[in-house]
Amino acid sequence: MTGSGDGLLQVENLGKRFGGFVALENISLSVAAGERLGLIGPNGSGKSTLVNCICGTLRNEFGNVRFGGQKLDGLDAHERTHLGLARSFQLPRPFVSLSLADNIRIPLLYTVAMRPDRRHTPHEVEERCVALLDEVGLGDKARRLPRDLTQVEMRKLELARAMASEPKLLIADEAMAGLTHSEIEDILALLVRLNEQGVTVILIEHIMSAVMSFSRRLVVLVSGRKIADGAPNDVMRDPEVERAYLGQ
Amino acid sequence: MRTPTFLLVCLAIGAAVFAASLALGNDYIFFAGYVVMQYVVLSTAWNILGGYCGYVNFGSAAFFALGAYSTVAIYKLITENDFYRMPMPVLMLIGGAVSGVVGLGMGYLTLRLRGAFFAIATLALAVVLQTLVVNWDFVGGSRGAYIIRPEQIEPIGNYIRYLFLIMMLLAVAAVTIARMIEHSRLGYGFATIRDDELAAEASGVPTLRLKLIATTISGALMGMAGAPFPYYIGYLQPASTFGLDYAVNSIAMPLIGGTTSWVGPLIGAVLLGSLQQIATVTISSAVNLLIVGCLLVIFVIIAPNGIVGLIHTYLQHKPEDFVGRHHVDADAPGRVP
Repeated sequence: MTGSGDGLLQVENLGKRFGGFVALENISLSVAAGERLGLIGPNGSGKSTLVNCICGTLRNEFGNVRFGGQKLDGLDAHERTHLGLARSFQLPRPFVSLSLADNIRIPLLYTVAMRPDRRHTPHEVEERCVALLDEVGLGDKARRLPRDLTQVEMRKLELARAMASEPKLLIADEAMAGLTHSEIEDILALLVRLNEQGVTVILIEHIMSAVMSFSRRLVVLVSGRKIADGAPNDVMRDPEVERAYLGQ
Repeated sequence: MRTPTFLLVCLAIGAAVFAASLALGNDYIFFAGYVVMQYVVLSTAWNILGGYCGYVNFGSAAFFALGAYSTVAIYKLITENDFYRMPMPVLMLIGGAVSGVVGLGMGYLTLRLRGAFFAIATLALAVVLQTLVVNWDFVGGSRGAYIIRPEQIEPIGNYIRYLFLIMMLLAVAAVTIARMIEHSRLGYGFATIRDDELAAEASGVPTLRLKLIATTISGALMGMAGAPFPYYIGYLQPASTFGLDYAVNSIAMPLIGGTTSWVGPLIGAVLLGSLQQIATVTISSAVNLLIVGCLLVIFVIIAPNGIVGLIHTYLQHKPEDFVGRHHVDADAPGRVP
């Protein structure tokens, strides 16, 4: 699976410019349901821009994105979330005036509740909030504010909030940046558990050990172009990938 | 406390205030009290968009004036010739509808802008509307318009008492609406827009739709507050109706009281409104803006979260019903209405 085809997520010839600067050029990508995809590349290669275009935060000028067979052109970010696309942000963006439980409540009220077969009573919503926080180890801090959290706890909250929308696909954008080895293991275990529950995961990371251990397939972006797509070991041996990371 | 109980409590307090004012035997209490209640409505309305959603509206005077001039237009059309005097509640609903629609339209044009751009757009709206009114002879233009206030209305008696009662009921309604919003799914959505709009969209919150709802509710309440104003003041002119007092007080009162909770604008309006009325009769109405300015500077320095924030810090806990928290009301459905 290296190009377009039937997949949960299909990106076809996607291009994005900021004025005269080409941020993404002719990106094609297909992600199958249940897949674990790693997306890597040097700083400024366009990874976050690609995520923003897929999730609707930015509008791509060229190409299109399909999710579950549906074209996402013209859909706002919240509409894409309703379809089952979720993301965590590179820098955690909690709702600072809301408690941790309330942070989790938002996707439950505004995404899960939009689905006709998923209407919860207030009690069920409350239970689900607590369960999700327990899953990421923050159950005892449900009533605290995000400002009371450590760095790793903030990232766990970010992931829990993405999980609360019950996504079909989760894009984890540098969820492990700045963490210690054991904290990285915690986050990885969380993502593996999520994938085992049927959620497709795209992991964007600079921590190669984490990417290699998690991903079943690797895509490499450099300067807005896709230069490699395949099994992790094969991709890392690709001369062009080596040049991109190590130079000539 | 459930909403019906809260409403009953507010109505009981309102009835007590009205009875106490009657007992004092001085109708000036109603003149002054009307202004305080008016500011309760204006500051609560402003806070729904400015405090809950984080979108600062500098055009409060525009919405207030829309309500006032709707009344003037109706007066000119049907009342001036003694044809028919429209009941005040109906005038308020019309004023609210007009302001609400304008709020919706303005929101649709400007709410895709963020931060300072939206605030500037609201200021521009006020200027545009004032220019329109100044050049609209039917409502008096720059000369102004006279509205003849009835002397009496049965069974209340003096018409000013009736206006005070109407405005107090509107204040109760506004505060109840604000509290309902805060305790509802809508309130959660507003809070996410205020905290981080990008993350809100990523969480499935339809931010533009919610902002439009906030703008419409806020504008409608301001218009309803403006509708009785011509009957209160007797002579309406653009310079005073679009005056700085309404724009500044609508912002200052919630900031001083506290913007994250329904009770903040109420505290700010009662405190600041009362101070201004006392200053008006003891010194001069010209010091009113000076009072606002001084208090704003003090509070921005020592209590940026307002009086409610100060109380919260002092108490070191969050009484659920008074300090900006968000719980889904037990009666509220857990799904999209």
